[in-house]
Amino acid sequence: MGIRVENIQKRFGDFVALDEVTLDFPSGELVALLGPSGCGKTTLLRIIAGLERADAGSVVLDGEDASGAHVRERQVGFVFQHYALFKHMTVFDNVAFGLRMKPRGERRSKEEIRHRVHELLKLVQLDWLAERFPSQLSGGQRQRIALARALAVEPRVLLLDEPFGALDAKVRKELRRWLRRLHDELHITSIFVTHDQEEALEVADRVVLMDRGRVEQVGSPEEVYRTPRTPFVYSFLGSVNQFHGRVEASRLVVGDEAVPHDGEEFEHGAEVHAFARPHELDIVAASAAEGIPARVIRVLTFGISARVELEGLNGAAGQHFEAELPRERVEQLGLVAGQAVKVVPSRLKLFERQVTGATL
Amino acid sequence: MSDVLAAPGGVLYGTRFERNAATRESAWFKWVAITVALAFFALFLLLPLVTVFVEAFRKGIDTYLTALSEPEAWSAIRLTLLTAAIAVPANLIFGVAAAWCITKFEFPGKQLLITFIDLPFSVSPVIAGLIYVLLFGAQGWLGPWLAEHDIKIIFAVPGIVLATIFVTFPFIARELIPVMQAQGREEEEAAIVLGASGWQTFWHVTLPNIKWGLLYGVILCNARAMGEFGAVSVVSGHIRGQTNTMPLHVEILYNEYNFAAAFAVASLLALLALVTLAIKSWVERKAALRHIG
Amino acid sequence: MSSTLASALPVGARSGRQRRFSVIPGFGLTLGYTLLYLSLIVLIPLSAVFFKATELSWPEFWRAVSSPRVVASYQLSFGASLLAAGINAVFGLLLAWVLVRYSFPGKRIVDALIDLPFALPTAVAGIALTAIYARNGWLGQFIEGELGFRIAFAPPGVLIALIFIGVPFVVRTVQPVLEELDMELEEAAASLGARRWQTFRYVIAPVLLPALLTGFTLAFARAVGEYGSVIFIAGNIPMVSEITPLMIITRLEQFDYAGATAIAAVMLVISFVMLLVINGLQAWTAKRTGRTI
Repeated sequence: MGIRVENIQKRFGDFVALDEVTLDFPSGELVALLGPSGCGKTTLLRIIAGLERADAGSVVLDGEDASGAHVRERQVGFVFQHYALFKHMTVFDNVAFGLRMKPRGERRSKEEIRHRVHELLKLVQLDWLAERFPSQLSGGQRQRIALARALAVEPRVLLLDEPFGALDAKVRKELRRWLRRLHDELHITSIFVTHDQEEALEVADRVVLMDRGRVEQVGSPEEVYRTPRTPFVYSFLGSVNQFHGRVEASRLVVGDEAVPHDGEEFEHGAEVHAFARPHELDIVAASAAEGIPARVIRVLTFGISARVELEGLNGAAGQHFEAELPRERVEQLGLVAGQAVKVVPSRLKLFERQVTGATL
Repeated sequence: MSDVLAAPGGVLYGTRFERNAATRESAWFKWVAITVALAFFALFLLLPLVTVFVEAFRKGIDTYLTALSEPEAWSAIRLTLLTAAIAVPANLIFGVAAAWCITKFEFPGKQLLITFIDLPFSVSPVIAGLIYVLLFGAQGWLGPWLAEHDIKIIFAVPGIVLATIFVTFPFIARELIPVMQAQGREEEEAAIVLGASGWQTFWHVTLPNIKWGLLYGVILCNARAMGEFGAVSVVSGHIRGQTNTMPLHVEILYNEYNFAAAFAVASLLALLALVTLAIKSWVERKAALRHIG
Repeated sequence: MSSTLASALPVGARSGRQRRFSVIPGFGLTLGYTLLYLSLIVLIPLSAVFFKATELSWPEFWRAVSSPRVVASYQLSFGASLLAAGINAVFGLLLAWVLVRYSFPGKRIVDALIDLPFALPTAVAGIALTAIYARNGWLGQFIEGELGFRIAFAPPGVLIALIFIGVPFVVRTVQPVLEELDMELEEAAASLGARRWQTFRYVIAPVLLPALLTGFTLAFARAVGEYGSVIFIAGNIPMVSEITPLMIITRLEQFDYAGATAIAAVMLVISFVMLLVINGLQAWTAKRTGRTI
């Protein structure tokens, strides 16, 4: 089932949580709402669920306007960040809750409910915990029970608020993979909120990047990572090196130096921000003809690649750069702290100077 | 467009429960609940309070002032103040000491100690008076010895003070223990590590953290100390002008059918109650603010 | 650091106790003072009741605690206390709900005045309630004068007084639990299709129940021992409207110390049982709500 939100507006007092948000969530996809805290992603999720009401705009579920419908009638499965399991009920009773709350006419028999609950517990691989209480479970187990509980009522969509937020790093990784597999099995339209870009890129079919109540970009993980549309998206999705400069034909002039770039659409003389990821930054000897002068501060050579921290000189004075190179390259250059070098971006992404909505 | 309930301009209204679709009840339920609850409140709490003041002034302001200027009324007020002036500091010192050892240290039997401290709350005030009669009364354990040395405790001021201390015993400790528990030990440990002495640590680190809890306990303790009736009634002997506290004086006047005077003295105690409640909610708001900021 | 120090020092071995090492000073002083003060004010005097009671032979003791007048007083005290605590449980829950969930004009004042029975001296409450419900009183002239239903100087008067003093117990134990109740639980229930009453019945009520029972028990325990607010309105008619604490006073006035003590011993034992029940209930509350006491 597809979800569409149109021109959603939401304010809390003077704070604008959502500003004219319009989005489509295609049927059967797993979508990540990604952004820093306070960007409005959780508010949007709660508005879709019916837990929050928008000041203006509409929520369309499966082609029908559900804006006025109570959360109870929307048939959405919601998984809370802290799971919200009923502490006084066993795992079984928690999962059975939604089935037992149905009006008498629609309610299934005790036996059917029991069967359905065990089916779901098997799906989340926790059938053996049915008689435990939530306090006796680990964080990851609680998360899976919360998911089973939400799935029990056969929701049309599944909404997850920071589903891995409260877990430690290792369990997080496991659960991520597990959620992806589960989605591939069930194909239920799902939206999850996260502030962790790695999580969003790894799990989702599609990523919605949000900042300050606005949608910055929507696309597949590959798309948003490869072709970020705004400086915010670029910087939110990974480490960045930033340069300020002026476009001169196919070169970008930074201070006294010029480096190549691939921002063909920019006019000659345009003032721009230029970005490069650490792995897109090469280091060459200070004597090289081309590059931005910098001084090595620290060389970290554990792992396969080496990380070099640098400080800009001359035109880029006071700026901090980070480069990721193959270890052999570092050894070949014989880099040591204090050494003067030049950095050459292999790929520079340019943004107009005034589009700097994001804080960098 | 779809949202009928949101106030214009996104202004927040109601409690967080009323603002949430999942926790909101229908308007009729809300108002029926409020009406029933407030009716109960008005009948059982507000009405008695109002009655005290109305009855006190029923015969006019002159009768009211005359009743309060009686020498016996004054001696009752003095005795009440004296009792509170001894009982409250005594329980304050105890409360701080008890809270200190209970919250800053681990030792076996701690839970039992807390239960014992709570004990006076669950003992009838009449029994609180009785136990001192059994100890110090004419027929009591120490009675003959006290008579020999001409020391009067029962039917005298010391008995009244002791009974008052007993009934107000847990108040301050009870408020302090949870506050200091929540505070933990780290700040005190940090102070000690930085070279502060035990006393300096208490004065500069602990006290500022617990001052609201302390004040809270003190005003509740004081209200009960000034208003205690049952326990004091047993040990007082009702000697007019000597061993009558304000509540006992109210009783005597009332039993003499001198209602206007009884309510006049009662109105002072009701005023004390109102002041106590006002300080209490002020402290609560203060303390709540500290939690947020 | 401190843990290695603690294991290096044979503290536990030397003292034979399980006290954990702590750098914070004052343990001996504060615990010593706490125990001394507790013993002198509470434990030793209270034990006097049981020692005094042992002076009676078993048949004497039995006669003292089971005379028809005393048995009638148990019936009234426990019956009225149970009923009052029950009424307070219902209306206290409603008041707490209304105060936490809804906004309405005057809410802060209502909230502050809930504690009036804690702050208002019992004797003042007693005479005020009597003035309201006596035959010529504010409400009494209608209820007794017109409808012929007697409240003051009869058992219903005792009930009214006990309701008054029990109000804050239920409200103040339920209110914080209601306030801290995770809104997500109700949201989860709603998202799973539960109607509002189902959410209350299956999600909120089970969490509130232990706190409600705690409040009920506290109100009951307080009501059983209550004296000041009751004796004015009760009328104290033998076999009809005498409460148990009054029986202790009556025996004392007849210089029947042993008789008074025997009744007190019975009440004390009941108080201790209640205290245990309350402690158990509080542990249950903590478990249900995930809070620590």
